[in-house]
Parts: sequence; structure tokens; C-alpha cells
Amino acid sequence: MQFHQYDVVIVGAGGAGMRAALEASSEARTAVISKLYPTRSHTGAAQGGMCAALANVEEDNWEWHTFDTVKGGDYLVDQDAAEIMAKEAIDAVLDLERMGLPFNRTPEGKIDQRRFGGHTRNHGEAAVRRACYAADRTGHMILQTLYQNCVKQDVEFFNEFYVLDLIVDHDLSAGHVPDGEEVNATGVVAYDLATGEIHVFQAKSIVFATGGAGKIFKTTSNAHTLTGDGMALALRRGLPLEDMEFFQFHPTGLAGLGILLSEAARGEGGILRNSNGERFMERYAPTIKDLAPRDIVARSMANEVREGRGAGPNKDYVLLDLTHLEPAHIDAKLPDITEFARTYLGIEPYTEPVPVYPTAHYAMGGIPTNVTAEVLRNSDDVVKGLYAAGEVACVSVHGSNRLGTNSLLDINVFGKRAGRAAAAYAKTAEFKDLPENAAERTIAQLEELRTRPDGERVSDVRKALQETMDANAQVFRTQESLEQCLADIRVLQERYKNVSVQDKGKMFNTDLLEALELGFLLDIAEVTVIAALNRKESRGGHFREDYPDRDDANYMRHTMVYRRPLEGAEGNHESVEADITPDTAFAHVSEFDTYKVVIGSKPVVQTRYEPMERKY
Amino acid sequence: MTATLENSTAGAPSAAGEIPSFDVTIKVRRYLPESSHGDEAYWDEYKLTMYGTDRVLDALHKIKWENDGSLTFRRSCAHGICGSDAMRINGRNRLACKTLLKDLNPNKPITIEPIKGLPVIKDLVVDMEPFFASYREIMPFLITSGNQPSRERIQSAEQRERFDDTTKCILCAACTSSCPVFWTDGQYFGPAAIVNAHRFIFDSRDEGATQRLEVLNDKEGVWRCRTTFNCTEACPRGIEVTKAIQEVKQAMIRRAI
Repeated sequence: MQFHQYDVVIVGAGGAGMRAALEASSEARTAVISKLYPTRSHTGAAQGGMCAALANVEEDNWEWHTFDTVKGGDYLVDQDAAEIMAKEAIDAVLDLERMGLPFNRTPEGKIDQRRFGGHTRNHGEAAVRRACYAADRTGHMILQTLYQNCVKQDVEFFNEFYVLDLIVDHDLSAGHVPDGEEVNATGVVAYDLATGEIHVFQAKSIVFATGGAGKIFKTTSNAHTLTGDGMALALRRGLPLEDMEFFQFHPTGLAGLGILLSEAARGEGGILRNSNGERFMERYAPTIKDLAPRDIVARSMANEVREGRGAGPNKDYVLLDLTHLEPAHIDAKLPDITEFARTYLGIEPYTEPVPVYPTAHYAMGGIPTNVTAEVLRNSDDVVKGLYAAGEVACVSVHGSNRLGTNSLLDINVFGKRAGRAAAAYAKTAEFKDLPENAAERTIAQLEELRTRPDGERVSDVRKALQETMDANAQVFRTQESLEQCLADIRVLQERYKNVSVQDKGKMFNTDLLEALELGFLLDIAEVTVIAALNRKESRGGHFREDYPDRDDANYMRHTMVYRRPLEGAEGNHESVEADITPDTAFAHVSEFDTYKVVIGSKPVVQTRYEPMERKY
Repeated sequence: MTATLENSTAGAPSAAGEIPSFDVTIKVRRYLPESSHGDEAYWDEYKLTMYGTDRVLDALHKIKWENDGSLTFRRSCAHGICGSDAMRINGRNRLACKTLLKDLNPNKPITIEPIKGLPVIKDLVVDMEPFFASYREIMPFLITSGNQPSRERIQSAEQRERFDDTTKCILCAACTSSCPVFWTDGQYFGPAAIVNAHRFIFDSRDEGATQRLEVLNDKEGVWRCRTTFNCTEACPRGIEVTKAIQEVKQAMIRRAI
């Protein structure tokens, strides 16, 4: 076992983690711990752009951007946070340009901008050109540029190190720490993949920037490595997760594969059609049509398929039509995604429409933070020295549905804020003692899992999880489908206790890693479904067919889920459903064999905008 | 060891109708220093039933998930963007996630080895540190002088286009580890580092070209390139790597470094 001490430890080296590192490392001794080489992070897969009201090509301002973000999130957005993001977007883009990011340019040589879903002029009048972009590899260029600047600044990385525990000076998981009491994050425990050795990092500030959890679903645009690690570690250590029922399904995944085709395809003029060739989005969003927010487009597509207007031999997808665009325009603006269609489906987008279907894409929910990126342990109290930014966090700037491009913005704005806040706090704070056995639990867990004799295959359990999530907790949800899903997850949690790995070695044991990741996936899927069961309304990315309307009277609050030990009561049942009132709407408890998941809530911050009906 | 995995439906996309299946033999170069094989590398052969839309990565996953959990490789995004899974497939460097099995003539065994020229850690996983060390040496970041402008730097669309090709690099090392000079002389910077130098040397906003060209003029630098075009052929992003190297050489001659 090795021991390290840093002022700031950042967990994750995607966009949010490296943006934080650039701030923190110039102010304080900083280490970045990442389970991948930084340039492998999934920020690099983002394609279309990053919105900021630069007004380089037409009139625009941050207030319109704020409004679009709030409306796009179906009013579950914390409006103070959205306003900060839209204002700081402008500097965030300019920061990246000054760091060297090769944005596409206007004829005058300024950063070019294009249209994107849900981004409008003057509160919904028409689509506005707000997305700054670098062809259809904007995320790739952001990731490369941030990494390049980390090289320039000599940022210290621990690559292919896997953080397996968060050390906090109070046991929050028991639920007995009174509100208002000071709680400090003091370190993390990491596993060096190459050697199998355990490393304990003591830190004054810790930033979680571990990304999303798309692999709870089968059809997803997410990387194999997006397994909700940071979220699950927080949950297991007693921290709440916020708004986990809200998962975004990106409308245009390559049919059957889930590989992302950017919304920029529609921003550049692409059109969605059903099997009759009809531009069906005209019926669902008459004003902005194919550029409606993703939740609306994804549902419309699923509905077309459900009503028998899907294309293909099984009528199970719709078509993204680019054939009316000039090949030269496609090559200049959308080279990567058209190559995906060629490589993976053998489709030539110049002449043939591309089969597409919604793909699990983004977790709006995550570890709750305030606008300074400090992690909350309930609705009010922060954990001192603990920060989160990016997809792992819930600020909440995305509410119940994120607008396209706002994730690249989120990682830059709140990554920067997290890095600054972490370094500033580290300068004032002292190291807190770590418990002597800080790594004991992690080592025991690893050894038990690694040496467990024959049992179930990790992949069988994972596949079953992903299949039930796709079947029961996707674009359309009902009480029945979600109860089925939760019942399946309970069975899979039991089966997980019996999984074993075949690779018994210590070096680069990815078999073991996948087993650990599966544990995280199960925990995240579980709270996602419990939160979805509890929210008996439809809002943004969460659509309940049995409760198709938004219900502001009872549900205009953020969901908070907590994992707590059982206290004497019997396990494995749900609390009895009472009539839904504002007092009971978030009073649900799900009991498992050894713990329970308790639902709570947090108010939504509303500043400028009263909730209105959401029409496009 | 020979294993047969038959009639499994795993990996069959449900959305594309009937997808033809076929049997294929995958030969993987194994290196498991902790096993009884010790430091000896060896070949394992697997017979699999796969589908027309499956990639080499799907075959590797099928082996790992259904047959031999010890098979070790890196992967992440699975669609050619993250650069994790460059490997030597039928003797040629490619990304496993971007290579469809049906395009490889499944009638013959498909061989999979780690990329060459970097130390093998386990199976298909190599030590990438020497590769990234070369990358870091060419100063892969924008170098400017003077005050930061308050808005963006102005760059024309043509100036931006000048280095577009080399901004596509995903640092997968397919090019560098396909280069015969790199194989025989581990000191050579290799194509990827030169590509990333090119990306800045030809960026109109950058003022560090001279410094970078001096680094690349070193005896292990750009002049070692023998223009065999392996790198261009290997690049999964379609970058004209050899051309970029030639342009860097010409820039040196013009500047008489």
C-alpha cells in the first residue's frame, strides 16, 4: 500500500476534471486520478458544440440562453445556476479559444456558431445560432485542448488508477449525523490497475468528476467505462443523489447500435422522417420541428414507431435524412458522424437516409452540489472539502432534460468553479487525520471478489440489468414496468453477491474491474428506478404513461435519494402508497435485505421564470 | 486452448432485421506473466459465431465475457473516438471497435496482436508511457506571446483549414507503432508526435513553431522518417500522416533550421 498527500485530489480526467485541474494546479498541489488515460475520456465523444451567447453571427444574449435552459429542463432547473452557466458560457468559450481550441470560423475569422435543439431567439421565437463548434468533434477538441494545457502546466496524473472509496470523517451512511454538523472529506482510496496495488490519497479538497452512468442501459451512446462509479461511491457513503429518474435519451443513435449521431445533423438541416417519408416533427413541435429538445424528439420518434410508422424490416426505427444537403457541406460540418453511418451500418448518408433510434445518453441527476460545486449531504449542508462537477454532479442546470451542448458548457463552467473553490479551500484548511484502517474495507472487498471461487459471470448479470432497464425504464415508463424493473434489480443484486471473476491475477485485472463496475451499475440503476417509481408525473426526460401530465402542485421539487441501513424492520418491501399530496409525494421508502432507499426532496430555485406550459 | 461458443444471440442488434451470422476463428497473442506461461507469449484460438454488424471488439468481448475472463485489452468508447483499442489485426494496425469482422475475410483465422514497439504489459495491453513522453516533448499546446486578447483571436476559415487534418488525432498510437523506424529505434519521436507538432506549427495563432522545429530537427526527429506510408495507412482517423511529416520537413528547410 502506498500513501500520498495532496492539497487537491481530482477524481476523473474528462472535461470537468481537467478544467478543474487547470485551475487548481496553479494554486495548490494537485493530483488527478483517472481510471483511463485522460484523452480516452468520454468528453471526447461529444460532437455538436458548446453554446454561448457570443452573438457572433446573429443577435443573442445570455438571458435568452438562460430561459431556453430553464424551459428545456421543464422548469426543474435551479434558475440561479442556469443563469451563472449562461453568463459564464461566454468566458468559457473564450478561455478554450485562448488555450488553442480550433473552433470553426466565420468569414470574419470569429468563432462560428450554429443552431441546436431547444436554443432559441427571444424566448422561443425561432432557432438561434448559439453553438460554437469544431466540425462534429467539438468534444474531442475540448478534451485534447484541456489535456494539452495540462501538459503545458505539468499537471500530475495518476492514470489507470481506479478510485474505490471516499473517506469522510463522519459515517453519513447511518443517517445519524445531525443537520448543521461539520463533516469533512479527507481522502480517497484508489486501486492501481497496472499492479493491483492500493494507494491512499489524503487531501484537503477532493473533486469528483467521474462522469455518467449510461451503461445501466443496453442501448447507449456511452462508453463501456461509464458505470456511475462516482455517484455510487457517494451513495454508498451516505450522500444523497439528486433527480436520478431523469435520464436523457438522445434521439439519434444509430439504430441497433446506439452510437451517437449529433443533433448538429439537424442543426445543419437534417430532417427526421417516418416510413411514409413524413417530416413527423412538424406535428409534435410546429415551431422548431426537428430542433425541439431531445426529450420531445425522442418521445415523438418512439411514438411514431409504436403507432406503426417506423421504417425498416421490423418497423423499429425512423430515418435521419441528410440527402438534400450538399455533400461538400456534410463533409465540412459533419464528417465524423457520416463516417459512423458508413462504417457501422454501411449506409451512404449523401444518398440514403440513416436509420436512427433513441439511445441512453446523459444523466441529468447526480451528486447534489451548490453553484460553487460544493457537495451537499442534505438539502442545505455541504461536506467541507468535497466538490463535484460535470455529469456526476447535479447543480442543477439541466433540470429534467438537458439541452444539447449544455453538457460541454457545464463541464467547463462548473469544472472551473470546482477547481477554483477546491484550491481556495485547500489554502485555508489543514489536513485531517485519516482513520488507520482507511483502506481496509476496500482491500477486503477487492480480495473477496478476486478470490471468490466459481460463481456467476459478471457479464450475465450485467446483460440482464441492461435488458430490463431498456425494456422497462426507457423513454416510456409505467408503474407496472418500473415495478418489474425494480423486482428484476432486486434479483440481480442477489445474484451479484455470487459473481466471480476468472482472472485471479493482480496485474491489469480488467475482469475484476468489470465486476466492481457492475456493483456500481446495479446501485445506480436501483435508485434510478426507485426515483422514477416515486415521481408520478411526466416531466422532461421522465415520461410516465400512467401520469402523462406535469404536476407542479406535487412534484415541482428535486428528488433526493439516500441509502440507509435497516433498523430492525423487515427487508424487501415498499412503503404503502398514500394519496399524493405535497407532503407525501416524496415520502417513499424501498427496503432491501440489508439497507433501505429513502426518498426525500429539495426545493427548486426559481428566480426569473414562472413555470409555463412547454410548447415548441 | 480452443473454445467454441455457439449459437449465442449476444451482440445481435435487434433493430436491423435479419443479420447474417457466420463462424470465425480468432487467434489472439496472449501474454500473461502471472500465469504458468510466465514470460512466454503464446497464441490462443477461439471459434465464435458472429454477426454481420460485429466488430473485432465485439469478438474480443464475446471471448472475455462468455469464455475467458482473463483476456485483457483496453477499450472505452467503442466507436473510434477514444483511441483505446489500437491493435494489430491480421498484421495491420487498426482500432478493434472500427474494424468489422465481415470486412476481414472471416473464412481465414483473424489474428490479433498487441501493437508493436511498445512494451507489452498483459495480452493486448502495452505500456503507452513512451508514446505519450514523445508527444509531450514536442510541446503540444498553443504558444503565444503578449497579452491575452479580450475576445477570441481572429483566424480566417482558410487559416483554420490549414491544420484541420492533424486536429483529428486521437493519440491511439496506431501510426507510431506501425512505423518500422520506431520498431528498430525506440528513440524516434514517431509519427503521432510529429502530427501533433504539425497541428500547432501550421496554426496561425501559434508562435512556437521555431521551438518545435528545433526539437524535431534532433537526430531522433523528423529526418528519421523514411516515407514508408505505414502510418497513413494505419491511421483510423484518415489523417494524411506522411504528408504532415513531409510538410514539417519542408517547414524546416524553409526556415533553414
